[in-house]
Amino acid sequence: MAVTAYKKAASFYESYERKSGLKDVTHYCPGCGHGVLHKLIAEALDDFNATDKTVLISPVGCSVFAYYYFKVGNIQCAHGRAPAVATGIKRVLPHSVTIAYQGDGDLAAIGGNNILQAANRGENITVFFVNNAIYGMTGGQMAPTTLLGQKTTTTPYGRTTANEGMPMKVAEIISQLDAPVYVERVAITDAKHTMKTRAAVRKAIKNQLENKGFSLVEVLSVCPSGWKMTPVQAKQWVEEHMFKIFPPGVYKDESAERDIREANKFIFSTEDIRSKLDIPSQEVIKSQIPQVPERYKDPRMILAGFGGQGILMLGVGLSEAGMEAGYNVSWIPSYGPEMRGGTANCHVNLSTNRVGSPLVSKPTVLVAMNLPSLDKFEDLVVPGGLIIYDSSLINRAPQRDDVEVFAIPATELADKLGNTRVANMIILGAYIEYTGVLTKATVLDALPNFLKKKTMVPLNRIAIEKGIEFARQKMNKS
Amino acid sequence: MAKQLIKGNEAIVKGAILAGCRFFFGYPITPASEIAEAAAYYLPRVGGTFLQAESEIASINMLYGAASGGVRAMTASSSPGISLKQEGISYCAGSELPVVIVDIMRGGPGLGNIAPEQSDYNQMIKGGGHGNYKVIALAPNCAQEMCDLTMLAFELADKYRNPAAIMADGFIGQMMEPVEFPEALPRLEKKEWAIYAEGQDDDKLICSILLDPPELEQHNIKLQEKYAKIRQNEVRYEDYYLDDADFILIGYGVVSRVLQSAVDELRAAGIKIGMLRPVSLFPFPTEHIQHLAERVKKFIVIELSNGQMVDDVRLAVNGAKPVEFYGRMGGVVPTTDEIIANVRKIIEA
Repeated sequence: MAVTAYKKAASFYESYERKSGLKDVTHYCPGCGHGVLHKLIAEALDDFNATDKTVLISPVGCSVFAYYYFKVGNIQCAHGRAPAVATGIKRVLPHSVTIAYQGDGDLAAIGGNNILQAANRGENITVFFVNNAIYGMTGGQMAPTTLLGQKTTTTPYGRTTANEGMPMKVAEIISQLDAPVYVERVAITDAKHTMKTRAAVRKAIKNQLENKGFSLVEVLSVCPSGWKMTPVQAKQWVEEHMFKIFPPGVYKDESAERDIREANKFIFSTEDIRSKLDIPSQEVIKSQIPQVPERYKDPRMILAGFGGQGILMLGVGLSEAGMEAGYNVSWIPSYGPEMRGGTANCHVNLSTNRVGSPLVSKPTVLVAMNLPSLDKFEDLVVPGGLIIYDSSLINRAPQRDDVEVFAIPATELADKLGNTRVANMIILGAYIEYTGVLTKATVLDALPNFLKKKTMVPLNRIAIEKGIEFARQKMNKS
Repeated sequence: MAKQLIKGNEAIVKGAILAGCRFFFGYPITPASEIAEAAAYYLPRVGGTFLQAESEIASINMLYGAASGGVRAMTASSSPGISLKQEGISYCAGSELPVVIVDIMRGGPGLGNIAPEQSDYNQMIKGGGHGNYKVIALAPNCAQEMCDLTMLAFELADKYRNPAAIMADGFIGQMMEPVEFPEALPRLEKKEWAIYAEGQDDDKLICSILLDPPELEQHNIKLQEKYAKIRQNEVRYEDYYLDDADFILIGYGVVSRVLQSAVDELRAAGIKIGMLRPVSLFPFPTEHIQHLAERVKKFIVIELSNGQMVDDVRLAVNGAKPVEFYGRMGGVVPTTDEIIANVRKIIEA
């Protein structure tokens, strides 16, 4: 007579030692569906020879202790977050079989967005979703999948449409997305349904092994304790009541159409890393800090104008060239909505000492490229400081008589060069020539390093030279 | 070494990659978005993964998963986003996962604004999530430190199997300064506790649940012992003119830059004043402050908050000397003149 020996799956621990007293029994209640599903998963892992590379994410809920049983890499995570945690580790271990095991409260309530998004990204993971229409672990409260009229500890008069809405149909929802490869709803009420569940579990794992993408199996399960029924009554209740709202069936299956792919492997390399990070290999400090008249030394600058005038770029240019000349420098922009509002300003420090506050409250230099900027910052300039303003756009001279004023029709000069946008570089040229803070050579060397558009280098170069020429003429006149 | 003029937020990403980070999970928020953007640009170039998550909650949990796989991974956000991550940070601390979290602090409470504040001190240093845990927290005050302290954060996170945070503000993040990038760190050894899905995981468990009270108490005791070790070994600070100081200003981040300027000017005016800048906020330089309290007249703590770090200064000083506080909120950063005027008032009081 033939004898069939039923053996425990090798993907289970021989003895459940993670909780004292368990050894060969589980922590689940009599008649609970988790044990059956655990067994189907473990057997599938055995048969696919996948135990060694499986990572199981245990949720919050009754299956929080799934790690007592599965002899795999185990991660227990926060309520509802299994799909996010699975995403994280699967991206790190693309060769793994990563399984998120979730209950209805976990997946459909608190973790609703996480499952939706992981499915929509088509993460190459497998999700087993146990729907027993109730929160078992916390003592039988309502779940998103609780049926209308069903009494739970938080729907003591039965779930109503008016108060709690309708049961959530997860398989239907997920199957509406383009990315998932396979979504099926199954049950474990009798042998026939359990065999279907067995096949679904296998397909969902196989899809992952073949890198086909996201698979979800919704398993209609029972909670005799929470439902206050015998296991037999509970199974009948699933078939009589749950099947009507949650019909078992295949909701999406593109397993056959999707290509079988090789798993990527994450390879760590530091090869060529500095150039990949755009870190310069050459020493940038090429020149020396020039001799600068005392009143222009170590400028603390506010540069201001309309957005689009290249104010921030002017500041970056001064900072880049300043750094290349050996100054300590800082550049700080006004940022966020202020920037989007159309005005822009930045603070720049070029210093032979360590730069303290990067914020300039008492500028020694103000560059104003529009009237609101002159109005706003004129009074802040220190006595003896320098105000440079674009006289083609600002129709009044600064009113201060204790500062030096340098008017330059920068926009007009820029227009003559054929591009209004280089007014900023004309001012840069005029400023360095007038004060001697930086040499022409340093600034022209730095130009390709701070200008993003390399094709604009020649025109900006001409603009800088134009500014220098203007300042020189002006200085000769005075 | 070559210097590069670079934004603090971008320096964080380059520092992270040089430290071996290859995974970034994040969600956009001003003023931290440049970190995500730079990560999205650079990580694919070095074989890494950038993933824009559906939420801050998802991103911290993706980090939880990635760190379980033994790699260096990070996330970055700003104050409201950090509030959302707190549950996940608590889980990382409980499961002893080395992760790096960057907080570019902004004004609050609620949506607040996007200007710099330092009002996340309590939520990061005192444990914004549930449970008896600590996050290693480093506070850069320049672009160079945005790189260096990010690299250090990864080293400390792994050394102690603990979350580590960078606590910066919008100004330090947005500011451009020259940075000298150090050499890349060598690849990490495999972590004996991490999951690699290569057949040796059957005794491995990443988990923060310990149902049995005595067992959970033991776990907590172990964590506290770890924090004690961190307190012993990892305190970092900068002294500025403290040797003969009668008065000590204490501030971190962008505030310390303003304080430096204020100290320079007050020193020039003949006042014996200095600055202590905590670089590690946890562990806090408690002992150092205790020693200083023996010989100085007064401490003045300046923060972009209602006074959060000042509590730790007061605990350290323990009533030995007066501890005064000056703070601005809502994203207002005090000017050097303002600090000088208020410090003079406090000194002369």
